[in-house]
Amino acid sequence: MKKISCREAIREALFEEMARDQDVVLIGEDLGCYGGCFQVTAGLIERFGTHQVIETPVSEEAIVGVAVGAAMMGMRPIVEIMYGDFSTLASDPLINHAAKMRFLSAGKLSVPLVYRTPMGSGTGAAAQHTQSLESVFTNIPGLKIVYPSTPYDLKGLLKSAVRDPDPVLFFEHKLYGVEDLIPEEEYLIEIGKGDIKRQGADVSIITYGKTVFTAMEAARLLEADEISAEVLDVRTLRPLDTDLILQSVSKTGRAVVVHEAPTFGGFAGEIVATIVGDRRAFGALKVSVERVCGLEMPTPFNKHLELALQPSVERIVDTVTHMFTSSV
Amino acid sequence: MDFTFNSAQAHAALTLMLTIRLFESKIESLFSSHIMHGTTHLAIGQEAVHAGVSPALDREDWIVTTHRCHGHTLAKGASLKAAFAEFFGYSDGLAHGLGGSMHLVDVEHHNAGSSAVVGSGVPLATGMALQLKRKKSNQLVVALFGDGASSRGAVHESMNIASVMSLPVLFLCEHNMYGMSACAKDMVSVEYISDRGNAYAIESTVVDGNDVEQVYKAVSDAAHYIRSTGKPYLLETRTYRFSGHSKSDKRVYRTREEEVAWLKRDPIEMLKQRMLQRTYIDEKDFEKLGQNIQCEIDNIVDEMIDHPRQLSIEEAFSYVYSSKEHGQL
Ligand SMILES: Cc1ncc(C[n+]2csc(CCOP(=O)(O)OP(=O)(O)O)c2C)c(N)n1
Ligand SMILES: [Mg+2]
Repeated sequence: MKKISCREAIREALFEEMARDQDVVLIGEDLGCYGGCFQVTAGLIERFGTHQVIETPVSEEAIVGVAVGAAMMGMRPIVEIMYGDFSTLASDPLINHAAKMRFLSAGKLSVPLVYRTPMGSGTGAAAQHTQSLESVFTNIPGLKIVYPSTPYDLKGLLKSAVRDPDPVLFFEHKLYGVEDLIPEEEYLIEIGKGDIKRQGADVSIITYGKTVFTAMEAARLLEADEISAEVLDVRTLRPLDTDLILQSVSKTGRAVVVHEAPTFGGFAGEIVATIVGDRRAFGALKVSVERVCGLEMPTPFNKHLELALQPSVERIVDTVTHMFTSSV
Repeated sequence: MDFTFNSAQAHAALTLMLTIRLFESKIESLFSSHIMHGTTHLAIGQEAVHAGVSPALDREDWIVTTHRCHGHTLAKGASLKAAFAEFFGYSDGLAHGLGGSMHLVDVEHHNAGSSAVVGSGVPLATGMALQLKRKKSNQLVVALFGDGASSRGAVHESMNIASVMSLPVLFLCEHNMYGMSACAKDMVSVEYISDRGNAYAIESTVVDGNDVEQVYKAVSDAAHYIRSTGKPYLLETRTYRFSGHSKSDKRVYRTREEEVAWLKRDPIEMLKQRMLQRTYIDEKDFEKLGQNIQCEIDNIVDEMIDHPRQLSIEEAFSYVYSSKEHGQL
């Protein structure tokens, strides 16, 4: 095992996949000598050259469209978009084209594209650089959506995404410096499989991305109150590992869904529907399912307000504690 | 070029440029001492564009800025206090602390603010011009954008729309040679972005963006052209940001020699030399002017650090929708 940051884990996945297959090509803005906005791609242009690292003008709609076209011709493009917020600009090639090419060609064309972009708040970059827009895309058949949290998951899932024959949206949280142990040897993680990050018996905290760390911290605090919380990291939003969610909730009888995006219309709604739509899990519920998500507001610049917006350890602990006091 | 500032104009421009330079230098030091959070994009070296654009417009004309917006915001009339307060995220800031460095908005002074999505302010400016035209107003809108932004489809689409609809837009490209680390030479298919005007049948020209008199004259002429013909205009100003792209930039994508060559064309120094030559000022006046501005800035910031004023979350909610009942859903 070796200790590695989220940033390095992503870089290692890119490195290994680019070395394995010359058709794996990075496309995006400032990812050469500048190393990308979050320094993820540093060193790759020196190793792979401009044949596999393509720096582009500020043309998000076109560069993602270009990547879709190149993928149709056999390239394995990995597009990096600096901030997830600019996915609005890339939404036409992703939603109207990448997601539908296989279908519209009755299986004759495919788009093996990876779309990498960081999402989420906490950086003080205000309303247009901090959004969590995953649910804009989870409603689109034809797209796969991955949103890992740990270095181990980031690396294994990114490598699988590159090898996937369908378009994969790979969302990254911005805690690029968080470190953890990963194996020395090569490994892959299957897209569509969740992971129990912490075993527990009394409540299931279901989440993904940055809030996995928030949930883990909350679970540690709950331990002191003798509440055993299970933390389930779904890792992939589409396809969703419904089996794992249902198993966990059937066992604990309580569920809290956490994400940074606002509650209303957020992906948590899909997870809640999965739980209450299942006879066994629904029957096991001791209290109503709760959501701890972002507030219904664009991200304010002011630090205190920005922090108030996010699902905090405190809000999770309070919500869980309340589930116990109200159920007795 | 035979246009020159008279003494009063030159003094006003110099004062403004120095104010912007010292404002940004203060911001830089507050960031490096971690007193300010988030990120910021300084335009040190581009002050001649700031001082040449808004002062050449009518007060009622609108500007739409970019992520690199501090100078234009001050030049259009924002107070130092309200600008600093926004950087601190305080409730007496331009946007009550909701926007920060990248979102300086100042409606009172006809500054509609900036999009932090590079290039996306340009269609908004075009739409503002459309409504002004419908209302038979004499006002125009300046759409500021960078060399990097010039590659956004929406910028091209907006120029076409403004041309076919004859809209009072001044497309103003602030060409500082780079978009983040990307050199315009490698990213833009033409040497002069003003040449893009031909493709959309829009009149255009290019000027030295470090020469405030040239920028001022070109903007005055362009504004006159737009008001008298009702057509849009494209003006390119060539300049250079001495600072890095944002607070974390190590500037590995350009040489120190290139930077030194541009530093020799410091817009403030260029104006100062002309004013010395024309005996509008002497060295002492210049020094005094700088000291006075620095003193004002230091006082504002010292007072502000001691008196944080923050919006409550409830107040913040009240700005999400027109009706308070719709806030928080
Ligand atoms: C649509 C979009 N893509 C990328 C970015 C990230 N970004 C911020 S500034 C910048 C460079 C912009 O260059 P330019 O338009 O020349 O303006 P300058 O920074 O030089 O003032 C980039 C790529 C962004 N904010 N918006
Ligand atoms: Mg530029």
